[in-house]
Amino acid sequence: MKEMICIVCPNGCHLKIDASKEEIKVTGNLCPRGEAFARAEMTCPMRTISSTVKTTSSVQPVVSVKVSQEIPKSKIFDVMDQIQSVVLDHDLDVGQPIIQNVCDLGVDVILTTSFRNG
Amino acid sequence: MKHVHTIVIGGGPAGLAAAISAHKQGVSVLLIERESKLGGILKQCIHDGFGLDRFKERLTGPEYAKRFIDELDALSIDVLLSTTVLHIAKEKEGYCLDVVNADGVARYSCKSLVLSTGCRERTSRQVFIHGQRPSGVYTAGSAQYFMNILGMLPTRRCVILGSGDIGLIMARRLSLEGAQVLGVYEAKPTPSGLTRNLLQCLEDYNIPLHLSHTVIKVYGDSRLEGVEISKVDENMHPIPGTSFRVDCDALILSVGLIPENELAESLSISLDPKTKGPFVNQYFMTEKEGCFICGNALHVNDLVDHVSYCATKAGAYAAQYENKKHYDQPVQVEGNFGYFIPQRIRYPLGEDPIACYFRVNREMKKAKFSLIVNDQIIYTKVFHHVKPPEMEFLELKQDLFKGAKTISVKMEELL
Repeated sequence: MKEMICIVCPNGCHLKIDASKEEIKVTGNLCPRGEAFARAEMTCPMRTISSTVKTTSSVQPVVSVKVSQEIPKSKIFDVMDQIQSVVLDHDLDVGQPIIQNVCDLGVDVILTTSFRNG
Repeated sequence: MKHVHTIVIGGGPAGLAAAISAHKQGVSVLLIERESKLGGILKQCIHDGFGLDRFKERLTGPEYAKRFIDELDALSIDVLLSTTVLHIAKEKEGYCLDVVNADGVARYSCKSLVLSTGCRERTSRQVFIHGQRPSGVYTAGSAQYFMNILGMLPTRRCVILGSGDIGLIMARRLSLEGAQVLGVYEAKPTPSGLTRNLLQCLEDYNIPLHLSHTVIKVYGDSRLEGVEISKVDENMHPIPGTSFRVDCDALILSVGLIPENELAESLSISLDPKTKGPFVNQYFMTEKEGCFICGNALHVNDLVDHVSYCATKAGAYAAQYENKKHYDQPVQVEGNFGYFIPQRIRYPLGEDPIACYFRVNREMKKAKFSLIVNDQIIYTKVFHHVKPPEMEFLELKQDLFKGAKTISVKMEELL
């Protein structure tokens, strides 16, 4: 029996995971997302990351970005290397990708603040 | 002098929601913001997790703010940016405000006022750290501003004091950008931040959390060179002989937030020593008629969703405000509460359910909330896994308070 706290939402459910049998059994979750989270933690933990990318603007020297979907926890620093290697030099709106299919994960890095190269 | 029905001061999440809500009630609204952009602290909170309650989505701070800014724009609500409120005076009917911006000084009058001035971070001065004042001592929020707005890394190797959420989020952010976070030290025996942040910000990055430890001294003249850390006893006093030095180039403080109420205090509005925000009734109205307050200026919230919810209500009440005959009944607080809002109930009662916000004063696996009116328990609710860092929310029907001569709320542990 493994215990963990669900981090999907701020409720922070106290999950109990029974992985002794073939099928993983989860209790203590208030919603189905908790069960999905517990299963993923036991097999391939997923996380979202947020960061900033450099720009050519002096008014807005960095602009905030995030991954469009969760990525495997083990790939966080590979994705960060890609994020740190980009410089944004043209106008781009919230939600638009600055890196497509980052590290071949099928996930984009998208803007969370609009950028105007002023 | 220009007249508006409702003036909202502060364009962060609370002010945005309050202004939109007041406007929807059909009154004229003016939103005043001291910075050049709307959004308040959300602009620099680039991590996600905002909006799960309100939008059922995991948004980052800037995205959450944008939802409200877009709505404000679509409704053509008047906004004054880069504008500071110099002075507020209570008039016979309403308020008179002097404001200053690049166009000079202007005077506005309004019938009702919403204070949505947010909160400030506690600083090293308020936690009594000895030593010189070298550079490299930052509040978590200023470190966040350096990184997320200015694009500068404020440290290569740091210690974080305090386990508040912003500190935990900065621990992750600094690690992602290649800085070394040596550890998070917390004077209390329990962590202050949300459990999910302990897991996804510290455990994920192998950052140790040391409870019952504090920083007692900083080393370095021009730049921080190290900190002296000591174990503390249950009263959070350093235990002699337990201290040790950790070499680092920055100390990041995440030692709590305090509601920002300079404007409220200038109106002689008294503050609840527990929340550090004004006393309010169920309409989020302070003890000054027609002056409403919401968001982190009222009490420090853990979730922006709650700020928006409370501000939406406060904005609507400010728009509907009429100075009718009334009396207020205090709410007595008993048992294991840290604080309870509202602190007063206004009569005659209205119809909306009353939004109650509270914190407990210690961790309890199971606790019972009771509402006691005229010495009779008329409502109870059981809460699971309550702890001081996590704010609790509850809505009570106004009918419950009918004919009350005494009102009290009680929180007790169930074993």
